[in-house]
Amino acid sequence: MATVLERVTELDVNGARRRLDADPERTLLSVLRDDLDLTGAKFGCGEGQCAACTVLIDGVPTRSCLTKVGSLSGKKIVTIEGLSPAGELHPVQQAFLDADALQCGWCTPGMILGAVGLLRKTPHPTEAEIVGGMNGHICRCGTYPRIVAAIQAAAAKGGRI
Amino acid sequence: MRRRDFFAALGGGILVLLVDDSDAQEAGGGARRGTNEPAPTALSAWLHIGETGLVTVYTGKVEVGQNARTALTQAAAEELRAPVESIRMVMGDTDLTPFDMGTFGSMTTPRMNPQIRKAAATAREMLLDLAAEKWSVDRKSLTISDGRVSAGSHSAGFGELTSGQKLTRTIPGSASLTPAKDWKVSGKSVPKVNGREIVTGAHKYAYDVHRPEMQYGKVLYPPSYGATLVSLDGSAAEKMPGVKVVRDGDFAGVTAPDPMAAEKALAALKAEWKQLTAETDSKAVYDYFRRTAQNAPAASALTPVSYTIAYIAHVPLEPRAAVAEWNAGKLTVWTGTQRPFGVRSELSTHFGIAEDQVHVIMPDTGSGYGGKHTGDAALEAARLAKAVGKPVKRNWTREEEMTWAYFRPGGVIDVAAKLNPDGTIAEWEFHNYNSGPSGLSSPYSVATKREQHHPSKTPLRQSSYRGLAATANHFARECYMDELAHSVKMDPLEFRLKNAQDERLRAVIQAAANKFGWQNRTKAAGRGFGIAAGFEKGGYVATCAEVSITNGVVKVVRAAISFECGAIVNPQHLSNQVEGALAMGIGGALFEQIQFGNNQILNARLSQYRVPRFNDMPKIDCVLVDRPDLPSAGAGETPIVGIAPAIGNAIFDATGKRIRSMPMAPKGLQNS
Repeated sequence: MATVLERVTELDVNGARRRLDADPERTLLSVLRDDLDLTGAKFGCGEGQCAACTVLIDGVPTRSCLTKVGSLSGKKIVTIEGLSPAGELHPVQQAFLDADALQCGWCTPGMILGAVGLLRKTPHPTEAEIVGGMNGHICRCGTYPRIVAAIQAAAAKGGRI
Repeated sequence: MRRRDFFAALGGGILVLLVDDSDAQEAGGGARRGTNEPAPTALSAWLHIGETGLVTVYTGKVEVGQNARTALTQAAAEELRAPVESIRMVMGDTDLTPFDMGTFGSMTTPRMNPQIRKAAATAREMLLDLAAEKWSVDRKSLTISDGRVSAGSHSAGFGELTSGQKLTRTIPGSASLTPAKDWKVSGKSVPKVNGREIVTGAHKYAYDVHRPEMQYGKVLYPPSYGATLVSLDGSAAEKMPGVKVVRDGDFAGVTAPDPMAAEKALAALKAEWKQLTAETDSKAVYDYFRRTAQNAPAASALTPVSYTIAYIAHVPLEPRAAVAEWNAGKLTVWTGTQRPFGVRSELSTHFGIAEDQVHVIMPDTGSGYGGKHTGDAALEAARLAKAVGKPVKRNWTREEEMTWAYFRPGGVIDVAAKLNPDGTIAEWEFHNYNSGPSGLSSPYSVATKREQHHPSKTPLRQSSYRGLAATANHFARECYMDELAHSVKMDPLEFRLKNAQDERLRAVIQAAANKFGWQNRTKAAGRGFGIAAGFEKGGYVATCAEVSITNGVVKVVRAAISFECGAIVNPQHLSNQVEGALAMGIGGALFEQIQFGNNQILNARLSQYRVPRFNDMPKIDCVLVDRPDLPSAGAGETPIVGIAPAIGNAIFDATGKRIRSMPMAPKGLQNS
């Protein structure tokens, strides 16, 4: 017997319970962007190849374009808008600015959240670990070496990521 | 905005209107202008200082990641002697900014930067006049710095001076400017002015725009290029909640309240198409270019070798996007484009309405690389919005972007030369089929040369791409220069210096070679070294590369690139552009290629079309050659041209195999 999937009516996003009414088959990326006006997560390919849509789910960098919104009951979602308290920059955000590790910026929110996930798992990564850990992210402007430098700088500062 | 509206909209203050002193803004090559675009109007930029002291600069140029917003802010700050933070730049808004042909051809720095500096310099002189009058002091006793005018015990901010004023001055383009050697803000690494909005996710790109009542639009595209719609049954889609089906000749689409509903509605359309037989495909296209060339070259005594260049896609990470809204007959569109005024023209023509009834707003956009000149998404959104009577968002998917935008042209290049015994070039013959004329002319000294571009039929829609055909032409020329060097057993660096008379070209070649350690390079198994150089759009570039080859897999391990484009406007952002261009160039050099057949694109997804990633990056040493004595040229394009031939020459050095096709190693060397 086919299960009738219920509508998704609540998500835990950036520390707040957000009310909504969405088909469970919709992607988290679309719900964040189109229902909750959290447009920091970007669409780049829709098939998990570019990671511009990366958000943290229970602290783990996740492709929101491949995540069905019906699968997120009880999970904590953090988007770029919720990475740092309003008016403050997270150390990785600051490191990206300091290293000029962006051009057009479309990949930047996903890059930053990917880097946060990497540094939480590996606080002092080698260059090879950064390249390996971030290789799923595409920066079409080609700022890769600067992003590596930004992650190294954020790691070198230590502190809570 | 009309002049008389300015003070009504902005309040009092002072306003400087700058008359364009250029004969015409250059189109920069390629089919870029619509036929009915107006000629450039007389004003090219304007600058307002409000009664609060806020400086607002208006330009039709746009920001797509190349940091024009920051560089132009620096230009105004420099001449106004004001802090960067006190300046706001309004860009690419057709109701607010002067007409501009578009942001392409590396023209923002050489053209718009001096224009804005002239407007700011004039405003500075007006502020000094106001202060001299207000305090009844000799104008010569005034100083201006950090956003304040002072004289003895007097001191006032710009707002205090402009308060109660409604002064307009129209100036010719010939106002005098601060020379580069005296720059205090320009020439410095001012950080990206809106970087904070980007790293926090606050910046709203076109893809992110949301309007009340907005619907999500999808367009029914043909299954292949050129196919025509025979019949359409939209009845199933129309029964879906909130869905509307739109049909207008061959144009068909749907709108729905959320994106998934729009996708489902599109899938429910039953369409019958009449398809065309393809004239060629991605394998046969190089012969097709020759066969369809308009002006075949005259017979030559020299025997040429042929290089080929594949079609490639821009892959801007933000695909094309637009939101359109109709209000009492006036159309407003938010879209990511390099030509907001061109898009306005496309829309006004299509709907048969006056241009002042179309307002195009261009939010800073998720890159373009020459790929966002046209208003395709804007037109689709506007057609759907008009039909359904609500605002419509039309965000392209990656597959749509890689199928229905346009491509960098493929091409064939035949090149031949005759050398004198001393290694100088006696004769040079160079024929480019289809890819284009940019960078066609050799920057080396040659006694007799014949260089021609032969336009051909193109099976795919093609247009601008970062550097245009300069990448193709430098690939063929610089690889062939390497072939010539080897034919006379000269070192490739020595051979280039032997034939390069242009001092600026020699300077970048030597700078790159020194940084790379060309003279001290050591041969090892599976390793090779290559060098290439060139000139285009006012910029000189030289690139050295070291490759490693393991089981046929080519990896660029190290590169040195030197670039000279006159007086440097922002060193940090310049090196970022130069490195980024090199990174992007690796894709076209080694693996990017559009595959097509039966009038269809066969690899329109990122899982099928490989672009450079973190692990493709070499260690990059970037040398910026500053020439404060020369006018600043643009830098977003030319640094891309050297990396492909440098890699090709390095592969030859490592393997003895000359690869004359871009991409050079799409599946590794054995299968290429």
